[in-house]
Amino acid sequence: MVVHSLAQSRRIQTAGTVTLTVRAKEVVADGVVSLVLARPDDGRLPDWTPGSHIDLVLPDGTSRQYSLCGDRWDAHTYRIAVLREPAGRGGSAYVHDRLAPGDLVGVGGPRNHFTLAPAERYVFIAGGIGITPLLPMVRQAAQTDIDWRLLYGGRTRATMAFLDELSAAYGDRVDIVPQDERGLLDLDAWLNRHFPGTKVYCCGPAPLLAAVARSCGDWPAHDLRTERFTAADSAPVRQTPFEVELRRSRVTVTVSADTSVLQAVRQAGADVLSSCEQGTCGTCLTPVLDGTPDHRDSVLGDHERAAGDCMLPCVSRSCGDRLVLDL
Amino acid sequence: MTGTTHVPATSVVGDADPFAPEHLLHPGPLHRALRAAGPVVHLRRYDVHALARHREVRAALVDWQNFRSGAGVGLANFRHETPWRPPSLLLEADPPHHDAPRSVLRDVLAPPALRRLREKWQSTAEELVDAVLAEQEEEFDAFATLAAAFPLKVFPDAVGLGPDGRENLLPYGNMAFNAFGPRNDLVTADAPRVAELSAWVDARCRREALDENGFGARIWAAADRGDLTHDQAPRVVRSLLTAGVDTTVHGLAAALYAFATHPEEWQRLRERPELARVAFDEAVRWQSPVQTFFRTATADIDVAGTVVPEGSKILMFLGSANRDPDRWDDADRFDLGRDPSGHVGFGMGIHQCVGQHVARLEAESLLTALARRVERIELCGEPRRHLNNTLRSWAFLPVRVRPAR
Ligand code: HEM
Repeated sequence: MVVHSLAQSRRIQTAGTVTLTVRAKEVVADGVVSLVLARPDDGRLPDWTPGSHIDLVLPDGTSRQYSLCGDRWDAHTYRIAVLREPAGRGGSAYVHDRLAPGDLVGVGGPRNHFTLAPAERYVFIAGGIGITPLLPMVRQAAQTDIDWRLLYGGRTRATMAFLDELSAAYGDRVDIVPQDERGLLDLDAWLNRHFPGTKVYCCGPAPLLAAVARSCGDWPAHDLRTERFTAADSAPVRQTPFEVELRRSRVTVTVSADTSVLQAVRQAGADVLSSCEQGTCGTCLTPVLDGTPDHRDSVLGDHERAAGDCMLPCVSRSCGDRLVLDL
Repeated sequence: MTGTTHVPATSVVGDADPFAPEHLLHPGPLHRALRAAGPVVHLRRYDVHALARHREVRAALVDWQNFRSGAGVGLANFRHETPWRPPSLLLEADPPHHDAPRSVLRDVLAPPALRRLREKWQSTAEELVDAVLAEQEEEFDAFATLAAAFPLKVFPDAVGLGPDGRENLLPYGNMAFNAFGPRNDLVTADAPRVAELSAWVDARCRREALDENGFGARIWAAADRGDLTHDQAPRVVRSLLTAGVDTTVHGLAAALYAFATHPEEWQRLRERPELARVAFDEAVRWQSPVQTFFRTATADIDVAGTVVPEGSKILMFLGSANRDPDRWDDADRFDLGRDPSGHVGFGMGIHQCVGQHVARLEAESLLTALARRVERIELCGEPRRHLNNTLRSWAFLPVRVRPAR
């Protein structure tokens, strides 16, 4: 077991994240490892729904988003799968080469921008590591007796994660298409006819999503739901302290990297009601008078984030040196 | 506390009927006895396990994997009994079925979506308070004229209901919240109107019956976007009409009662009207308008050493958890100085009240308007409760006010 220096463990404790332990690490395909994460005390983790992702903050300070691909009926562990990326971007080399069971990581979220809406029939299409958000969706569809199929493509069989798990559980509902054996996915054959009540969920690299969109042609737009597998950095915009002015109380406080805005303003004497303290219930919503919030909640919609005139101080932070709140 | 001595689950409190009128009227003594008897108490009359301490109630609320809602959140077990109406798609559903209705309603009722209502509700509250002060002399029934009148003015409009038949809303909610309890006299008294009120409510949930700008229309729009099915939409609208009226009416009454009996807290609110939000949550903690909900065990569950058998019902006393001295200092005191965050009056976890921001905005609007115009508010007669199996309700709240000059 790796013993972290204090500096290292402080690094992963940016506010809005919890510190979790790596319980298991397993190679699930060439270039893909899965991690099982749990609280050091094995307590409950925040709830999630299929399509959710977490921010994983590594001891080297890098941070990336990963889809949860475990079982939400197990409230005590999260599972993610990490692909080794070119040049080890976003800490994937660190995860593959250095992270070990027993290590601590920071985890923010979960948040969901890819929710599973009800349908009479699902077509799931995964490209490579894009299988991860679809795994819990597939499981859920199977649980509810809804008709579904999974089309899963990858470069070679050896690079495709979770094949055994999928075949064992679902047999021929899953069509596995390694490119070196069977060529590109025959999307037209799967999508040429639109059955009313069908929804397509697709996750993978951009060219796959574009091809699926083409094949779906004249389907109603909301029946195709996609998530691009991207390498977006998900770290808080700033890792350094910032100031928060409470305009009505005429107080200014400094928020350090390891406290939340909520904690800081409460210490300064402001009465802010909160409930979940995970950015999911919305109780602590606070008007922002000046400055740009770094939104890290799962309550506000895109245009509300863009407007920037309110924030959830339990998890959200500041992009700039200073925020002014109506408190 | 003497509660540390472990009283076996066969103690006399195990014979109590929490739905008997004396306990509905004065739940405090029973709650104290239940908390003292242990972390879990078997109630023989209904063969259910009761949780009355904050720690266990909170733990059960968040643990949807072991404590399911899909078999009903009342005493009736939907595995053996047919529900009195098609079950709620939120309250009486488990994941995965709960997910989509929840995410749609959460967006419709999220704080940002409510911001366009804020000014309107504030001015409506001010008009209402002015009218009451002008018409009512200085003594009046604050339950009817404020606590009931205000939500009934603003909420049905926000949902997008037409003007007719709104007087059916409170009786329908009263019936629905009675139905979570046993089939006692309260339920029998509702029986004659079940069919008529249900038909009225169901008709209001149809797309044609709803104004195009309200919460209801937004639920239907979510169905058009494919986020819900069109079959689900009316039942999600129904959740608003069932869960959104009586709760806030009695929640506001709780706040008014609290202030009418705590003049020093009223002065605090007058000095700092921005305390209105905290004050309302403190009133929800202190009175717990929703007193109880049930869950059903999905497996044999070990609760603090007692096995709760699979398929059996668990009764969670939210009202008792909110007064648990192990969680709250001076728990029985209504105190604007405390931080009520973490109370379970709105529940906790995946079923936590999705309308809580609506309730808070109503309360903030009304309390702020009152605080500005009323210097003193006090009881001027004996307030009367209304009995309901789930809601801590009111019938009459006589107050005397001195308007601010
Ligand atoms: C003071 C007022 C209110 C109180 C005390 C209250 C209390 C509660 C509680 C305790 C729950 C949790 C039920 C459970 O865990 O089984 C709940 C759920 C719910 N409430 Fe409220 N409520 C209030 C106002 C409202 C309003 C105004 C609305 C609608 C706009 C609303 C709609 C709902 C719905 C739909 C649920 C079910 C949520 C789910 O199961 O996911 N409530 N409420």
